[in-house]
Amino acid sequence: MTNLLRLDRKFLPLLMTIVLFILLYGYGVVQYRGFSNPQVFFNLFIDNAFLLITSIGMTFVILSGGIDLSVGAVIAFTTVLSAYMLESLGLSPALVIPAVLLVGVALGAVMGSIIHFFKVQPFIVTLAGMFFARGMCFVISTGAITISDPFYRAVGLFRIPLFGKTFISVNVAIFLVVLAVALYLAHFTRFGRTVYAIGGNEQSALLMGLPVARTRVLVYTLNGFCSALAGVVFSIYGLSGYGLYTVGLEMDAIASVVIGGTLLTGGVGYVAGTVVGVLIQGLIQTTIIFQGTLSSWWTKIAVGLLTLLFIMMQGAFASTRQRRLHLKATTGTKPASQEEGAVLATHYEL
Amino acid sequence: MSQTDSLWRRLSGYNLFWPIIALLLIMLFNLFFMPNFFKIEIKDGHLFGSLIDILNRGAPLMLLAIGMTMVIATAGVDLSVGAVIAISGAMAAVLINPALGKELITSDKLIENVTFTPLWLVIVLGLLVSILCGLWNGLLVSRANIQPMVATLVLMVAGRGVAQLITNAQIITIYYSPYFFIGNGYILGLPFTFYIVAAVFLLAWAITRKTALGLFVESVGINSRSSFLSGINEKNVKLMAYTFCGLCAGIAGLIISSNVKSADANNAGLWSELDAILAVVIGGTLMTGGRFSLAGSVLGALIIQSVTTTIYSFGVPPEVVLVVKAAVVLAVVLLYSEQVKGALNNLFERKGVQP
Amino acid sequence: MPNSNSTLISMQGISKAFPGVQALAQVDFTLYSGEIHALMGENGTGKSTLIKVLTGVERPDAGVITLNGQKIQVKSPLHAQELGISPVYQEINLCPNLTVAENILLGREPRRFNSIDWRKLNQKARQILQRLDIEVEVTQSLGMYPVAIQQMVAIARALEISARVLILDEPTSSLSAHETTKLFQVMRKLKSEGMGIIFITHFINQVYEISDRTTVLRNGKLVGTFETAALPRLELISKMIGKEITAFEDMSRFKQQSDHQTEQAPLLEARKLGHSGVVSPFDLDLHAGEVVGFAGLLGSGRTETARLLFGADKPDHGSLSLAGKMVKKFSPCASILRGIALCPEDRKADGIVPDLTVRENIVLALQASRGWFQFLSQKKQYEIANHYIKLLNISTPSADQLVKNLSGGNQQKVILARWLATNPRVLILDEPTRGIDVGAKAEIQKLVLELAEEGRACVFISSELEEVLRISHRIVVMRDREKVAELSGSNMDEKTVMQAIAGS
Repeated sequence: MTNLLRLDRKFLPLLMTIVLFILLYGYGVVQYRGFSNPQVFFNLFIDNAFLLITSIGMTFVILSGGIDLSVGAVIAFTTVLSAYMLESLGLSPALVIPAVLLVGVALGAVMGSIIHFFKVQPFIVTLAGMFFARGMCFVISTGAITISDPFYRAVGLFRIPLFGKTFISVNVAIFLVVLAVALYLAHFTRFGRTVYAIGGNEQSALLMGLPVARTRVLVYTLNGFCSALAGVVFSIYGLSGYGLYTVGLEMDAIASVVIGGTLLTGGVGYVAGTVVGVLIQGLIQTTIIFQGTLSSWWTKIAVGLLTLLFIMMQGAFASTRQRRLHLKATTGTKPASQEEGAVLATHYEL
Repeated sequence: MSQTDSLWRRLSGYNLFWPIIALLLIMLFNLFFMPNFFKIEIKDGHLFGSLIDILNRGAPLMLLAIGMTMVIATAGVDLSVGAVIAISGAMAAVLINPALGKELITSDKLIENVTFTPLWLVIVLGLLVSILCGLWNGLLVSRANIQPMVATLVLMVAGRGVAQLITNAQIITIYYSPYFFIGNGYILGLPFTFYIVAAVFLLAWAITRKTALGLFVESVGINSRSSFLSGINEKNVKLMAYTFCGLCAGIAGLIISSNVKSADANNAGLWSELDAILAVVIGGTLMTGGRFSLAGSVLGALIIQSVTTTIYSFGVPPEVVLVVKAAVVLAVVLLYSEQVKGALNNLFERKGVQP
Repeated sequence: MPNSNSTLISMQGISKAFPGVQALAQVDFTLYSGEIHALMGENGTGKSTLIKVLTGVERPDAGVITLNGQKIQVKSPLHAQELGISPVYQEINLCPNLTVAENILLGREPRRFNSIDWRKLNQKARQILQRLDIEVEVTQSLGMYPVAIQQMVAIARALEISARVLILDEPTSSLSAHETTKLFQVMRKLKSEGMGIIFITHFINQVYEISDRTTVLRNGKLVGTFETAALPRLELISKMIGKEITAFEDMSRFKQQSDHQTEQAPLLEARKLGHSGVVSPFDLDLHAGEVVGFAGLLGSGRTETARLLFGADKPDHGSLSLAGKMVKKFSPCASILRGIALCPEDRKADGIVPDLTVRENIVLALQASRGWFQFLSQKKQYEIANHYIKLLNISTPSADQLVKNLSGGNQQKVILARWLATNPRVLILDEPTRGIDVGAKAEIQKLVLELAEEGRACVFISSELEEVLRISHRIVVMRDREKVAELSGSNMDEKTVMQAIAGS
């Protein structure tokens, strides 16, 4: 019985996020007709697949105690580069897709290396990365490039039927694969555990002999891959590449991770939580659309405030935990001093 | 040790040495390619020329840099300055013509050269709302103990949403001509923005160097705990820094919306936070906080503006400047990193020159 | 029984210098397998430097280290681990967010098809802990357990890496008597398995309880290595303290001169002042012209009491009045204005502002009490700074030198100057002579007595009992966050104080 309770405490933030999701969903079902259509649930995944994919990458980065502000820019850059390669260079998707993924990987690796080996704060390196990627979009093309490639079109229209009249699309399938891989990495590989270790106490991780340098660079590389993959998904469904896409998406990703229960300081959190975090954002957006009169900008404000709320809760949790442990160490345990003092007294008899 | 060696060492010891050299190099580079670069003539009753342009266009950035310096000096950062620019511009536009905020621009009445609110009130309220934004950030950082990057990230996200709300998601054009004076006017031949920047700079300089606040800011940025135990109200010092930064962003927002004669919640001040941080870092203030230099930050802003102008004059599309800025940010931050500093020291030591 | 035939570690002629101080000078040290070897010395005697050399954190300037007869060069902490040298520091170097099992085995996890086999991992962790006679839920986060358990886990990890040399640095500082006994059981078990253990501690009776041999360092030099059982405690103490006692002889004469009865009303009165969970409610009177010493072991709550008196922490119980007036606002700034000053315990974290100059550090508190607008002119600042540089004999090229470039002793003097500049009526000093050379120590102690002579009330907190006895007119004894005794006059001798600390 006690085992169950103790297990609960670790998962508490995740539980809270899930409860929040259920409550929000319940509110929607009660308030609006049509909300109870199961396709509404699946649309959450379909509409936000690219955010889901990139947020998974962001989870690893934040777990390691870092942050990546470049993801929105990398996604946009991927769309522009893909469109350019497909349309202007006339290359086939079989070449383009791996190429852009590689570019994302390279960008991530470079940023991760600078962050680790030069000990520069992650936010400034990735901020520079964001600017670099955005700028490169416009170096390639100042306007949007439409994608007319038949493969992209076909994939975009393809529907995977589920029960009844519901369906999901290919991007959701891609997301599910990414999720599975992420869960495996986080919980069954040394890489994943090292990510958690670095986020918990980097100095200790070093002294424990864990491969901190390699893991940190890999984390940003992985995130670069996720952003690029999200960009591919985005270009399939948007059928164009444009430098002004996904401006500010990094904040949505960070918000999802935080709402999902991951500590911004790192070391604690679950990939599953991030998924729910994204779904909550999608749910808020959907609710506002159903409501009809509110401007969709309210989503941004709501998400911003929700993020703030979760951050403040994280702060409150951390300090109460510290106080509890501190108290434990000072009260209720008999100190060595009594014994110590008595013996010291005898030997001071000069 | 020759005379020139010791002179060089003395000069390079000044904090502003490298930024000044950088600026001079850029000017010379421009002069080389455009002989008219330094030409200043009188046109339409005021001074006119590339240099004046740089001063004028760079005014918002100089203001942001002054505000950001205070925040960075307390070991913090403010990523929301772009959003505050959008908010203050939106506020001004809607106050001038509230109807625009709700309706589409069709009626003739809406493009009249009138204002619904007196100009002075427009400015005051615009600045007030940006001070509130700064206060919000400052409270989150000083009272709620949230990391500065995270706290200001919230406003960076939600702030544009607020601006969108104010403008009802439209780009509002401003038709009231006296408002244009802020960004486009001239007094005694010099742009009005020049006077604004000078006033804010003097204000900041007076507050930090003529009162104890400068010392407190540096102390808090270097060691917050020692500062607290020495009796400094470090919470209020940080609060003041963020509020001041918000105010500077607000002024910049008014200038920008006056310049482009519109309020665009999406694009006003977009990506200006990196410019501001870059200006401060180039100017010699460390990101880790502590000693700061207002003059250095202003110089940094001028350098960035000159580089931008240079690149534009070569016909390169504006957004490409982003790539250059990214490279420069990285270069500057790396130069200040321990590894590179150590390597450079070794290099100079081996050559027998004192670092 | 230590097998002197199998020397695990032999360090010969180790020397290490840092800018301004020779931390180690020709020190020899040997460790046999199957022995527990205590390493003793006051703060700053080179103890920690010796360990840092052995664990690869620092490289020695001279000397040879052999491991099992083979010469080695320890290049880094990781390398030391690979060689089988495993330190367990007071700050547990593990990850509190990971589970106990992970902390023991991460880096060497059992695998199945190239992924972590959690069942085997947890099982193996339980086994290792059983070897140490510990039973905890290995799937729980490490951070949920008290320090004592975390230490065991750290030792377990060290064992897993098949360490041959275990270095325990002040392991019992945060442990209860019961937990210490458990730790010693584990140590004896490991000793019987042939491990060599270096045990660094300042608790003398523990040295006698568990160690086979003791090495004493003083001022970076080796005083000697002895069979613990054959070394009388008195001799151990005198070897640790050495001949410095004479340097302070004139101090007691000085104090006797300034010893006077304080009949007048107390300057500072604390009545049932306390902060739940931090300091139990206490009463305290401080009179002008007296030095009140605070004695007690590490962690007894003296620093917390000082912070309460100064307003750095807010009390939730009781009252405090200064010269008859109740204190309403508890904050450092308000206290400075009232005339109370606190020289904090941790010079680096709470004291100096490293990148500011000596002048700026000295005028900081004074300026803070004047607020934002009453700015001290540059001329005045230099005046004040130079005055104290001269008064306290601070060794610095100028008032514009960055404080971080000064030695520890001079940094402490700068902090002291900062507080003297506020002209306090009550001056609270928390470990003002820690980590300072003998000469500076004597200067500071003399200064405290002079300050009392001028009519201030001084609180002097120190872990060195002799120091406290030397300069206090009264001694307050603390134990476990509680004031337990107040001694004065003829009651003030080592024995009584120690008994008060012990509670017998």
